[in-house]
Amino acid sequence: MIVYLLKRLAVLLASVAAAGVAVFAFMAVLPGDPAEIALGVNATPEAVAELRARFGTDRPPAAQFLDWFGGLAHGDFGTSYVTSSPIGPQIAERLGVTTVLVLGGMVVALIVAVPAGTFAAVHHRDPLGAAISAVSQVGIAIPAFLAGILLVFVFAVKAQALPSGGYVPIADDPAEWLRSLLLPWLSLGLVQGAVLTRYVRSAVLDVMREDYLRTARAKGRGRMGALWRHGLRNASIPVVTVLGLQLATLLIGAVVVERVFVIPGLGDLLLNGVAGRDLLLVQGVVMVLVAAVLLINFVVDVCYAVLDPRLRGAR
Amino acid sequence: MSGRRLNLGLVTGGALVGVVVAAALVSFVWTPHDPTLVDAAGKLREPGGGYLLGADKFGRDTLSQLMVGARTTLYVGVVAVGIAAVVGTPLGVAAGMAPRSRGWLSELIMRVNDLVFAFPALLLAVMLGAVYGAGTLTAMIAIGVATVPAFARVARAATMQVMVTDYVLAARAAGRRGPAIAVRHVLPNIGSVLIVQASVSFAIAILAEAALSFLGFGTRPPTPSWGRMLQESQELLFSTPRLALWPGLAIALAVLGFNLLGDGLRDHLDPKLRSARG
Repeated sequence: MIVYLLKRLAVLLASVAAAGVAVFAFMAVLPGDPAEIALGVNATPEAVAELRARFGTDRPPAAQFLDWFGGLAHGDFGTSYVTSSPIGPQIAERLGVTTVLVLGGMVVALIVAVPAGTFAAVHHRDPLGAAISAVSQVGIAIPAFLAGILLVFVFAVKAQALPSGGYVPIADDPAEWLRSLLLPWLSLGLVQGAVLTRYVRSAVLDVMREDYLRTARAKGRGRMGALWRHGLRNASIPVVTVLGLQLATLLIGAVVVERVFVIPGLGDLLLNGVAGRDLLLVQGVVMVLVAAVLLINFVVDVCYAVLDPRLRGAR
Repeated sequence: MSGRRLNLGLVTGGALVGVVVAAALVSFVWTPHDPTLVDAAGKLREPGGGYLLGADKFGRDTLSQLMVGARTTLYVGVVAVGIAAVVGTPLGVAAGMAPRSRGWLSELIMRVNDLVFAFPALLLAVMLGAVYGAGTLTAMIAIGVATVPAFARVARAATMQVMVTDYVLAARAAGRRGPAIAVRHVLPNIGSVLIVQASVSFAIAILAEAALSFLGFGTRPPTPSWGRMLQESQELLFSTPRLALWPGLAIALAVLGFNLLGDGLRDHLDPKLRSARG
C-alpha cells in the first residue's frame, strides 16, 4: 500500500510539473511583449528594456518558467503585468468562494441522487422507478448554466424569493450569504445529481443481486433494512469514484455558473483576466484549476485502492 | 421488457437527432427570415404573423436563429468529435495492441492521456481564446482535444478484448503483422463501441459548445448559436423569458437526443451489455 501510494504520488507530482510546462509553453507563444503592451506605443526603448528587466521577461524562457513554477510551490503566482498587484492573494480569495460553491453543489447532488437512485433501483420494475430514470436522463441533458437560468426564472422572477445574482460574503451577513448561494448550489447540484442518480441506481441494482443481501432478506430483514445494513456500503465504492470525477466536472461547471450568478470566484477571475489581457493571471488560474483536477483524480485513485485492495496492482 | 424500453430510447433519440439535423439542413436553403437581419421596428416582436417564435431585442427572428444555430451546433460537434476520433482511436488501438515487452508504449500513451484529461474543454478554449482570439475554430479544437482521452480509453479497452480472441491469435500465428491486424481485425470489431462513444461525445460537445458560446468563447456574432442566444436572453429574463426558453429547449433536446441514441445503440449493438446495466 505504501509503495502504491508513493508511486501514485510521484505520478501526481510529475503530472503537475508536466501540466505546468504545458500551460507555460502555451502562454509563452503569445505574440506581443508584456512590457511593450504595458507602456503603449510611445514608449522609449530604454523604458521598455527597464520594465522588461523588472518583469523578468528579458531572461530565457526556461529561467522564467523555473522562477514561475518554483514560486507556485509557496503560493507566489507573480505580479500582474497589467494591474501590478500580486496574483497569489487574488487567487486564494477567489478559490475559497469557488470551493464553497463546488462543495455545496456536491452536497445537493448527493441529497438528490442517493435517495432517488436507491428508490429507482428498488422499484426498477415499477413505472415509478422508470420515471425517475427518465427524469435523470432529461436532467443530464441540461447544462448547469441553463439550469441556473431556469432557477432564476422560477425563484427570482416568478416567486421573487431569492436574488437573481450577486454574492454576499459570509462575514457581512450569513443569512444573505446563504440566500445568494442557494440557486448556484442548486444549478450545479441538480444537474450532477441527475448524473449521479444513474450510477447510484446501477450500483444498488448490482448489490441487490448479491448473495449476502439475499441472506439478509432470508433472515427476515425488510428490503430497505437489508439494503441499509449491508447494501449501501458496498454500493458506495463505484459511487465514490464517480463522485470524485464529478468534483472535477463541478469545478469547471462552476466557472460558467459564476458567470450566470455574478459570483466572484475563480471562473470570474479567469474570464476577467482574459478580457483584460492579464496573461500571468490567466496562466495562474488555469494552473490552479488543472492542478485541482489532477489532485482530485489522485485522491479518487487512492480512495479506490483503499476501498478495494484488488485494484492496487491493476495500474 | 427491457428490450421494448431500450428500443423506445433508440427511436426517441434518433427522432430528436433527426429533427436537429433536418433543421440544420433546411437552414442552408431556407429560413423564415434572415437570422442576422437587425430590424429595429420588430424589436422584441411577439410570436405570430410570420414570426412563429417572435423576435429578439434586435428584431431578429428566433426560429431562423434556432435553425442556423442547429447548423452551428452540428458543425462544432462533427469537427470536434472527428478530431477526437481521428487522434484518439489510433492512440487507443496502439496502446491496446502493445505487447507486454513494449508495455512502456501503452503506459506512455495512457499517462499523456491522463494529463490531457486534466485540461477540460472549457480551460483549453479559454487559453486558446486568450492567445489566438476566441471563435468557432478555437472552440472546436478545444472540445476535440479534450475529448481525445475518452476515445483513446474506450478504444484501448475494446482493443485489449479483441487481442485475446482466437481469430487474432490465428492471424498472428499466420504471420500477420500489427498494422494488418489492427486494420483487418481490431478496427471492425471495435467499430460499434466507437460509434456509441461518438454519439455520447457529441452530446458532451453540444454542452461544451453551448457553455463556451454563453461565455463568449465560442462562435462569434453575428453567426447564431444557441449558447449565445441564451446569454443574450439572460438580461431580458424578467421581461421576455421566451427568449431563454427556445434556445434552452433546443440545447436540452439535442443533448437528450444524442445521449438516448448513444445508449440505444449500445444496447442494440451489444446485447451482452443489457443485463450488465440492469
